[in-house]
Amino acid sequence: MKVHNNKAWWLVLPVFLLVAFSAVVPMMTVVNYSVQDIFDSSSRFFVGVDWFKQVLRDSRLHDSLLRQFIYSGCVLLIEIPLGIAIALTMPTKGRWASACLIVMAIPLLIPWNVVGTIWQIFGRADIGLLGWTLNALGISYNYASNTTDAWVTVLVMDVWHWTSLVALLCYSGLRAIPDVYYQAARIDRASSWAVFRYIQLPKLKSVLLIAVMLRFMDSFMIYTEPFVLTGGGPGNATTFLSQTLTKMAVGQFDLGPAAAFSLVYFLIILLVSWLFYTAMTHSDKNS
Amino acid sequence: MAEIRLQNLAHSYSRTPSSAAEYAIREMNHTWEQGGAYALLGPSGCGKSTLLNIISGLLSPSHGQVLFDSRVVNDLTPQMRNIAQVFQFPVVYDTMTVFDNLAFPLRNQGMAEPQVLSKVHEIAEVLDLHPLLTKKASNLSADEKQKVSMGRGLVRDDVSAILFDEPLTVIDPHLKWKLRRKLKQIHEQFNITMIYVTHDQLEASTFADKIAVMYGGQIVQFGTPRELFERPSHTFVGYFIGSPGMNLIEVERCADGVCFANTRLSLGAALNQRLDSLDYQQLKIGIRPEFVHLWDLPGSDLPGAESLVEVAADSDAFSAEVVHVEDLGTYKILSLNLDGQPLKVRLQEDQVVPRHRASVSFSAQWLMVYADDFLVTVDAQEARHESA
Repeated sequence: MKVHNNKAWWLVLPVFLLVAFSAVVPMMTVVNYSVQDIFDSSSRFFVGVDWFKQVLRDSRLHDSLLRQFIYSGCVLLIEIPLGIAIALTMPTKGRWASACLIVMAIPLLIPWNVVGTIWQIFGRADIGLLGWTLNALGISYNYASNTTDAWVTVLVMDVWHWTSLVALLCYSGLRAIPDVYYQAARIDRASSWAVFRYIQLPKLKSVLLIAVMLRFMDSFMIYTEPFVLTGGGPGNATTFLSQTLTKMAVGQFDLGPAAAFSLVYFLIILLVSWLFYTAMTHSDKNS
Repeated sequence: MAEIRLQNLAHSYSRTPSSAAEYAIREMNHTWEQGGAYALLGPSGCGKSTLLNIISGLLSPSHGQVLFDSRVVNDLTPQMRNIAQVFQFPVVYDTMTVFDNLAFPLRNQGMAEPQVLSKVHEIAEVLDLHPLLTKKASNLSADEKQKVSMGRGLVRDDVSAILFDEPLTVIDPHLKWKLRRKLKQIHEQFNITMIYVTHDQLEASTFADKIAVMYGGQIVQFGTPRELFERPSHTFVGYFIGSPGMNLIEVERCADGVCFANTRLSLGAALNQRLDSLDYQQLKIGIRPEFVHLWDLPGSDLPGAESLVEVAADSDAFSAEVVHVEDLGTYKILSLNLDGQPLKVRLQEDQVVPRHRASVSFSAQWLMVYADDFLVTVDAQEARHESA
C-alpha cells in the first residue's frame, strides 16, 4: 500500500497565493461586476448575462473590434517580414554588429507615452519635422484631420517602436544556426532563397512564434500611443478597443458592461493567441 | 571525377602566422588519385577537417594551390568544384520530406524530375531509406538523419569527389559496420574518389585502400593499412596505429648500433652507415608488440635466473622483468620492464605466459630506427648509391 503524504501541497501554496493575487482575484472582481448592476454599495442587482448580451450587440464595440483586428493584422504583416529582413542584413560580428544592436534597442527603451509625444510633435504640420517636410514637398498631410494620415501615422509609430523587437529576436535565432547548415547548403548548391526558405526560416520558427505572439498581444492591447497621438480621432478613426473600454468604464462609469466587455476582450486575445500557437507548432506534425 | 592534387598547400587561421605552430596545415604536397578510396586518419585537432574543407572549397587556403585534374580551383566555390561533402553531424532540411531532402542537390542543378525520381530511389535503396521517403526529415532519429545526410552526398554521381568528415560519429555501432560496407559498395559501383576523415583506425582500414595519417598539420605517412602497420614512417604512426601501439624507446648511438641504459642493440651494416651520414637531435627505436619475439625457456621463469637466461638465449636476447599481464580474450598483452624501459608484447592464446622474467629479442626485419621521429630507411640510401 502506498502511503499518501499530503504535506507536499504546502509547497504549492506560495505559487497558488501568488497566482491568486496576481491574476485570479483581480479577474474575479471583474467577473463580479459583469454579472451585476451596481448603483451604490447598498443597491445592487444580479443581472446574469444581460451585460454580455448588450455588449455583444453594441455597434460601437463592433467597430472598434474590427479596427483592432485590422490594426493588429497590419502590424504583424509589416513588422514580422521587416524584422526578419533587418535581422538578415545586420552584420554578424565586429564593431558594427554591436553598434547595430544598440541602435536597434533604443526604441524599445522609450516609454509608451513618450513615443506618442515624440510622434505627435514629429508629425505636426506647423512645427514637426515630418509633417512640415511632407507639406513642403506638396503632400497634404495632417493626422489630426485626415483618417488615412492618422492611421498611417499610428502604424508607422508602432513599426518604429516595435520592429526592433522582432529584428533582435530573429537576429539571435539566426546566430544560433550552426555554420555546418550553410556549408551543407553550399555543397548542395542551394540558392540564397533556398537557404532562407529551407534553413533560416525553419530554424527561426520558435523565435518567430514568440515574436508573433508578443506583437499580436501588445498591438491588440494598444492604448497609450494612439491616445497621446490622436486621442482616438479624427472622429473614432483610431479608437481601438482599449480606448473604447476605458471611455465606457472610467468616462461613463458603466462598470457592468465594461466588465463584461473586458472579459470578452480577454477571451478574444486568449483565443487568437492559442490559434497562432497551435497553427505554428502543429504545422509540421501533419505528415 | 577528378584527380585532386595539393601543391605546396598550407593554411593558417591567423592572418600573420609567425611560427610553425600557428599553421593548421603545414606545407604539403599530396595527390589523391581519381577513383581511389582514401582515409584521412589522425587525432582530433591535427588539421583533418581543415584539409577537407580546403579540398571542398568551404575554406580558402592561405598558401599553395588545390588542383582538380591539373586545373587550379583555389578561387572556385564548392558548387563550381562539384564536390559532395558529408559532415560529422547530420544536416537535414527539417521542413522537407526525406525524398525532397535527397532530391534537393539534384533539383538545384536543374535535373529533370523523372531522373530525380530514379536517382533518389536508387540511393534510397542503397541506404535502406525507402520506408522513410515520405516522412518529414524533422521527425527522424539521429541515425536516420545521418543516413539522409549521407544520401544527399551520394545522390549525385557526377561529382569530382565525395568527402566524408567523420560521418559515422552519431551512428550505432552495428549500423556503422553496415554503412561502411555500403560506402565501399557505392565506391566500387560508381568509381568516385572518396576521402574519408576519421580518428578511428579500424574505420580507416576497413573503408580505404590507402590511408593518409595526419599529425600536427602534416601527412606523415600515406600507404596501405599493411604498410602503416609494418613500416610506420613516423613514430606517431607507430603509436597511433595498432593496439597497443608500437614500443618506442629513446636510444643513443654506440659503436655498431644503438644503446639505452645497459642494453646494446647492434644494427645491420647498411643501417649503421646510414645513421652515420644523418644529422639528428634524437634517436628512437620502435618495434610492434606483435613482433617482439618471446623465448620460451623452461626454468628461466624463476627469480634470480637472469644468468641462466643470458647463457641460454642467443646473444641478441634480453632479459626483462614481467610487470603486468592483461588478458584481452583472444590474446594477452604482456607488460615488461626492459632495463628501465616499458615494453609491451602481444602474446597469442597458446603461448606460455612468463611470470617473473621473460627473454625477448628483436628481429632486424621489424626493428625500426627513427631519427627525429622519422623512419631511417636503408633502401633510399642504397638507391642513391646505385643512381650515383
